Amino acid sequence: MTSVTELEVNGERRKIDADPQTSLLTVLRDQLGLTGTKFGCGEAECGACTVLLNGQPQRSCIMPVSLAAGKQITTIESFEKDGHLHPLQQAFLDEQALQCGYCTSGMIVTASALLRHHPDPTDEEIIRYMEGNICRCGTHHRIIAAIHRASRLIAS
Amino acid sequence: MNGETGPQTEPERYELDSPPAYHFEPDRRDFFRIVGGGIAVFLVLRGESAYPQARESTSGFFEPLPKNVGAWLHIGADDQITVYTGKAEMGQNIRTSLTQAVAEELRAPVGSIRLVMADTELTPFDMGTFGSRTTPQMGTQLRKVASVARDVLTRLAAQRWNTDASVLVAENGRINYPNTGRTLTYGELARGETLAKAVVEEDPLTPASNWTVLGKSVPKIYGPEFVTGRHKYTPDLSLPGMLFGKVLRAPSFGATLTSLDASEAKKLPDVVVVHDGDFVGVAAPSEPEAVRVLALLKAQWKTVPQISDSELFAYFKSHTEEREGWDGGLNHESGSVESGLSLAERQLHQTYTVAYIAHAPLEPRAALARWKDGNVTVWTGTQRPFGVQGELAQAFHLPLQRIRVIVPDTGGAFGGKHTSREAVEAARLARAANRPVKLVWTREEEFTWAYFRPAGLIEVSSGVSKDGKLTAWAFENYNSGPSGILTPYDVSNRRIRFHPCKSPLLQGSYRCLAATANHFARESHMDDLARLTRLDPLEFRRRNLKNERLLAVLDAATKAFGWEKTEKRPGHGFGLGCGTEKGGYVATCAEVAADRTNGRVKVMRVVVAFDCGAIVDPDGLRNQVYGAQMMGLGGALFEAIKFADGRILNGAFTAYRVPRFSDMPEIQVVLVDRKNLPSAGAGESPIMGIAPAVRNAILDATGVHLYSMPLVPNGLKA
Ligand code: FES
Ligand code: FES
Repeated sequence: MTSVTELEVNGERRKIDADPQTSLLTVLRDQLGLTGTKFGCGEAECGACTVLLNGQPQRSCIMPVSLAAGKQITTIESFEKDGHLHPLQQAFLDEQALQCGYCTSGMIVTASALLRHHPDPTDEEIIRYMEGNICRCGTHHRIIAAIHRASRLIAS
Repeated sequence: MNGETGPQTEPERYELDSPPAYHFEPDRRDFFRIVGGGIAVFLVLRGESAYPQARESTSGFFEPLPKNVGAWLHIGADDQITVYTGKAEMGQNIRTSLTQAVAEELRAPVGSIRLVMADTELTPFDMGTFGSRTTPQMGTQLRKVASVARDVLTRLAAQRWNTDASVLVAENGRINYPNTGRTLTYGELARGETLAKAVVEEDPLTPASNWTVLGKSVPKIYGPEFVTGRHKYTPDLSLPGMLFGKVLRAPSFGATLTSLDASEAKKLPDVVVVHDGDFVGVAAPSEPEAVRVLALLKAQWKTVPQISDSELFAYFKSHTEEREGWDGGLNHESGSVESGLSLAERQLHQTYTVAYIAHAPLEPRAALARWKDGNVTVWTGTQRPFGVQGELAQAFHLPLQRIRVIVPDTGGAFGGKHTSREAVEAARLARAANRPVKLVWTREEEFTWAYFRPAGLIEVSSGVSKDGKLTAWAFENYNSGPSGILTPYDVSNRRIRFHPCKSPLLQGSYRCLAATANHFARESHMDDLARLTRLDPLEFRRRNLKNERLLAVLDAATKAFGWEKTEKRPGHGFGLGCGTEKGGYVATCAEVAADRTNGRVKVMRVVVAFDCGAIVDPDGLRNQVYGAQMMGLGGALFEAIKFADGRILNGAFTAYRVPRFSDMPEIQVVLVDRKNLPSAGAGESPIMGIAPAVRNAILDATGVHLYSMPLVPNGLKA
């Protein structure tokens, strides 16, 4: 098996050297220093490790890096642009939608995909879409409020 | 003592050691060399003879520096205000609320204050961040420190301007001299000074009714760091040359290693294998390599028989233990239960059980360790940095000065991050490797090798008179713990006992300790008694309650819920639960929809009223109360650790269900603000009412009496 040597992350080509079976999460965190994407379970159950692959939310903890090669990978680190927070980031702050914040990266990345599919989601749509993301601090209601707020921010 | 909560039964933290005898004793000159001049105010803990020969110098400041400091504050010439506290931030938002407390008393902008937290080298000794003590203790202490600092600054300004301090006004990080237009910033006043002041006795504080910063919500400090992913939790840290660690775990609890063949693993370059007693671990340059190396180890284990969950409750009853001290038994008796029962119109005898549950913190336990010149520094997400320091000292036979523990702001812990196992493991590997080692537990390790909320068995016998008054109350708790065990209801014949037991699984603190189990049993029992006497559950409680604060939250919750107006609908039920613990008073009402045909139970609506004295940070408080309901729902409805033959059978999120978005009821939080009462901690006690409220609502909906937590792990049986 030949190793994977390059990834396109947040619009940049990055050199890596990883066994094809290594998880994308491990490569992002340990080789590229992109630790905004979190490890929560390694079993695709918590969503803390969510990144976008060609715009689709994916669990990077179970994704072999070879499957991510050649695709556009987007992580939480790219959401703030030129010192301006992404509307979701701003909305999470405004609604105080985090306690410890460990789930927050995964929540924001997942929600960004939700808002692309449903620019003005209902509560039910949010609940269905976010169901795979665990928050142990129990900030669920505020996350929903933050997603609604972000949707309004984007629309305005 | 009727109707009161009685003796403090708080300590129930099986995983805790007593704190190391450690005093923060800086030398004044050294101290100012480190912090670079300015003004410092130390808080000296009460009950200590901190000043054997206290000398007040002419300037009114003490020398030498005091012993046994609880916290301290420094004002530098650059206007930077730095506060040092041993508390740790784990999502309870205390970095923000403690900053607010200082801002309030110091009259300084929130943004000019920096908190240095939970670093054994920089911050004074602290027992740990638990027991809802941060707000009542550290919050109050820091307010005292800050108010004294304001006083020092005012006096300094008065000296400079040769006027009386009483005409000066502290505001927004400055001392102003009204009418003259003169003003100095705190930094300007601190310039060139090396003043140390200690606070021992209580100084007057701003009454809650005059608060301007406290009592309001301010944006979360470092909020942008978290939403951008920049904040580094322990698993995110790295150091040059760092290796990744893995630990070889026993195949079952109690198993001992009989032989180890590490020859294959040791052939690999840059790999470290440590075998020291029962500890076997590896370190390698990357995580995947560490996993591979671990798999190359050939270990033989000798297993021993272990108790399985099916025999657990019988086991507890036959394995009570005599224990003394803080985790020992409790026996609280007054009047005669037997005569109370004989007077009763109706009697009720019932047994309740609660399962072991896991904290399942989203950030798993992790530690990064580095040795240098015989000193070790460990970064780890712990609630007890000084406890971990003490345990490292024991493990490595080192004096405390050689050990530094630093706690990065940490992922939610819920009482689960008290122990130091991961820190010791990382430090052991790092010492062998002579390089920094990071160890992040897997989810399976989290579910297996951490500790659990204790399971328990609770037997209740009670009697009630014709007019719905309790005549007798006997409450026997096996293993789960004494917190919240004393009844707030008015009953003179009572016997309340906690029986410590041998626990097959490692157990320890969990948000609100055993108060959840004890409230589940008591409040379920109260509902069943209400039914026996044909009284409305609210009315029945009122008849037996004198505690005014509890009555007030009960009124507030039921009013907001519309208790009196609830209408019976098929498949819908309403329930309530209330109680008091750790200075918090809580009443919770729940509405559930329960479908007997498919067994589905959904909690539709929750109203929780909470009184924790004067409210410091209302938004943070709401977030905590809300989070406690969500977390409590898991233990109430479906969370349970399954185990057999020394193995955890459901150690993964696929098998161990935690609350998710779709479990979320509509939640209304009613805060009862008591401006004239001291603030109590709030992160824990709001969790107590949800399980009995849901249990009683299921009963109301279906007539099914449930006696075990979790209530419906497999749905409601037809
Ligand atoms: S870490 Fe990937 S889903 Fe939990
Ligand atoms: S905020 Fe702590 S896990 Fe979500």
